[in-house]
Amino acid sequence: MGKWTRRAFITTGVLAGGALAVGVAIRPGHRAPKVAGQVTENGEVLVSTWVKIDPSNKVTLIAAHSEMGQGAHTALTQMLADELDASWEDMRYMEAPAIDEYANWALGKGFLLGDADIPAALVPTVDGAMLQIAKAMKMQITGGSTSIRATGVYGVRVAGAAARELLLQAASDAWGVPLSQLDAKDTHIIDRNSGKRAPFAEFALAASQTAPSATPTLKTPDQFRIMGKSRPRLDIPAKVDGSAVFGIDAQVEGMKYAAILAAPVFGAQLLSVDSTEAQAMPGVAQIVSLDDAVAVVADGYWHASQALKTLKPQWSQTDNDATSSESLFKQFDQSLAEAFDGGSSKADVDEGDLPAAFASAAAALDATYRVPFLAHACMEPMNATALVTDESCQVWIGTQNPLGFRYEVADAMDMDVEQVQIHQHYMGGGFGRRSISDSAIQAAKIARAVGEPVKLIWSREEDVRHDHYRPAVASRFRVALDDQGQIAAWENVYHEKHEPAEAPTIPYMVGAQKIHAVDSPTHVPFGAWRSVDHSQHGFFTEAFFDEVAIAAGKDPYEYRMSLLEGKPRHQKVLRTAAERAGWGEELPPGKGRGISLQESFGSLVAQVVDVTVRDGKVSVDRVVLAVDAGFAVSPDGLTAQMESGVNYGLTAALYGEITIADGAVQQGNFHDYLMVRMADSPEIETHIINSGEAWGGAGEPGTPGIAPALVNAVFDATGLRVRELPLSKHDFSDFS
Amino acid sequence: MISLSVNGEQRDLDVDPQMPLLWAIRENLAMTGTKFGCGIAQCGACTVLLNGKAIRSCVISVATAEGGEVTTIEGLADLVPGDGLHPLQEAWIEKQVPQCGYCQSGQLMSAAALLDSNPNPDDAAIDAAMSGNVCRCGMYSRIRSAVKLAAAQTGSVVQTFDPAVTTDLEGADHG
Repeated sequence: MGKWTRRAFITTGVLAGGALAVGVAIRPGHRAPKVAGQVTENGEVLVSTWVKIDPSNKVTLIAAHSEMGQGAHTALTQMLADELDASWEDMRYMEAPAIDEYANWALGKGFLLGDADIPAALVPTVDGAMLQIAKAMKMQITGGSTSIRATGVYGVRVAGAAARELLLQAASDAWGVPLSQLDAKDTHIIDRNSGKRAPFAEFALAASQTAPSATPTLKTPDQFRIMGKSRPRLDIPAKVDGSAVFGIDAQVEGMKYAAILAAPVFGAQLLSVDSTEAQAMPGVAQIVSLDDAVAVVADGYWHASQALKTLKPQWSQTDNDATSSESLFKQFDQSLAEAFDGGSSKADVDEGDLPAAFASAAAALDATYRVPFLAHACMEPMNATALVTDESCQVWIGTQNPLGFRYEVADAMDMDVEQVQIHQHYMGGGFGRRSISDSAIQAAKIARAVGEPVKLIWSREEDVRHDHYRPAVASRFRVALDDQGQIAAWENVYHEKHEPAEAPTIPYMVGAQKIHAVDSPTHVPFGAWRSVDHSQHGFFTEAFFDEVAIAAGKDPYEYRMSLLEGKPRHQKVLRTAAERAGWGEELPPGKGRGISLQESFGSLVAQVVDVTVRDGKVSVDRVVLAVDAGFAVSPDGLTAQMESGVNYGLTAALYGEITIADGAVQQGNFHDYLMVRMADSPEIETHIINSGEAWGGAGEPGTPGIAPALVNAVFDATGLRVRELPLSKHDFSDFS
Repeated sequence: MISLSVNGEQRDLDVDPQMPLLWAIRENLAMTGTKFGCGIAQCGACTVLLNGKAIRSCVISVATAEGGEVTTIEGLADLVPGDGLHPLQEAWIEKQVPQCGYCQSGQLMSAAALLDSNPNPDDAAIDAAMSGNVCRCGMYSRIRSAVKLAAAQTGSVVQTFDPAVTTDLEGADHG
């Protein structure tokens, strides 16, 4: 099947559909001894692939999602507990090992089939096919805000309900009473007639001998006991006493420490390195040259990092040695202009007669928006610990895709995947960055050269300069307004199309519209950055839409509402945020209020931002946010994700800018790549709407809407239209 | 050999005196609760207490800390009587503060130093004391409310058990 990318997977429904028709009859939920051997110990019984029960009646969910603070472990455990009728106190979570059997097929099912109605008889076949595809993609991804809406909805809930049915059947058999007489409650089976009560654990073994149903009866929302209520996060206690073990904390007997410097210009190779001085420094064990980087291995990280500074590497020349942010943005503008002039582009949407609409327009707008490259800047710098022998390669790391890393490390090391083992850890931030295996591969190569375990730690500078970046993007709009102030035509050309495919689209009623993408490649590596393409398009479309509203002489909120007719869910989210924020109130001079609406990852988020512009400085006073994720499995978890998503997007909107000069990243640390800190973080008020629609994501949807609401508020306060982020590039000194 | 006290225990370190305290704690003492974030005192992830003051251990050398009393996250709970957690840790759980959790050791140590010098800080005091600590998950408002909760609870505990100190605290409350 060759190498699959996540994007190829998401966009190749036809191919996957073909696979379904063939029907690969391997079903998730089988309990091969191979799987049981890897996930059970001390008398635990694997009831299904997802669920194990120990002799003391503790239930563990085994799911292929990693924890980077988004709360997925806890929310998924809630979903299992509820469907299983287990007590919350009896629940545990275990992250699935990086083996094919735990490829997250349910995620693929969510993406490809969504709410498609699959005949019950076909469900096992469909699930089996999904597992095959997920295996082929080495997919064990935590990303795309999918843990709850895909794995939770299509996997964990089903697994919980199925295990409940198995346990009830096993009890019915053991007690010789009809199934209809039994209830499952608080991790126990209860006989309603006799009052007899026994723990799940008593029936676990018998239950594990029967195949679970792929179509058990799920609970309806009115039957939920645990879903929909906030539960304290399972991972928090270990995160307040220093005991949580992150990748950087891995301890391997006899390990050495490595510091690394990669070629400043992406694509350059290491030609040679003068390491004379470093070799003589205390603690230094070895200098290891890689294709595009050089590392110092020492008895401790500090010695390694000190010696690294003395190296004199020679890098190869590249075609990008003179590339700069300025040259790239010139290139982007030219690419967009060519597309507008009829050059080749690929349309996301192409409806109606644009030329006619522009020809008869009462007014027209033409504006170009720009965003810079962004690094992820996870608090935990990239790192990995590795031990490589002739027979095996072990990597200790926190990753968003353990199975994918296992295959990628095997490829890079020219080893069989069976020889590679990934030891998963907590992640000190992920945001998309920890789905890229670069540090794992470096650590493995260095460890092989050294022949001893090595912990590789990137300096913050390395982390900022060798990220895979949210791309710098320009996006040009042209809009025709008719004499009623309605949008007769909406045209948008941009470059850097990744995912989700619908990110540039708008929910509003317009006449003709054409949204199209062009290629304008750069040498700067791309990485998924919290909310991916929405991170730029949310800003572009919702800020420009504000301009259109103002040009049409309308209130930005009312204008949005009027163009969302027939979309009550959108309207309710927008109205909730506006009303709670007091939209329409008169504000004192120097203050401004802006609004945005974003649909992403299956969830709707509206934000109203209040700013003060004083002493030449913009401060963000308050964010009122409404979110409809269909159903909030953990309301506090969803709220926390909104707060987090807002501050992540706010850092980018206020300060975030990675610039390129001479082909390389110029920033290096938190003094020149600034973060929102406590003093400039706003009060964030979150209102949750449980619409009952299909469940959406939480980790990313809070991020895209803050930048447009912010610049719209700045416009409201100052009359200055910010079309280029970050805000720190703009001069507000006229506003005292 | 450099001697210092870490969480009340005397430790002798046979390390380069110029090595930042952070690496001695993490690598030589194998206490990994204190985190590396930036290496230049810009993010606060490495914050520990040295003689009761919050310091960035990534830029303070072992030599500077010689003879001092170092408290790391692993020793935070021992600063208060009893077997339980420090009121700040309790408040962190109550307010569900951490997300990824990586910065939280540093946040908690900065907050501990703050409450030690100012038992009842207002928003401005909290912002001033805590703005050296970056949280990429953006949990600032939760941190702020957890600090206030811990301050309130610390006050009530003291009031219950030590009237003499209560008087001082009340003075601080209104002063």
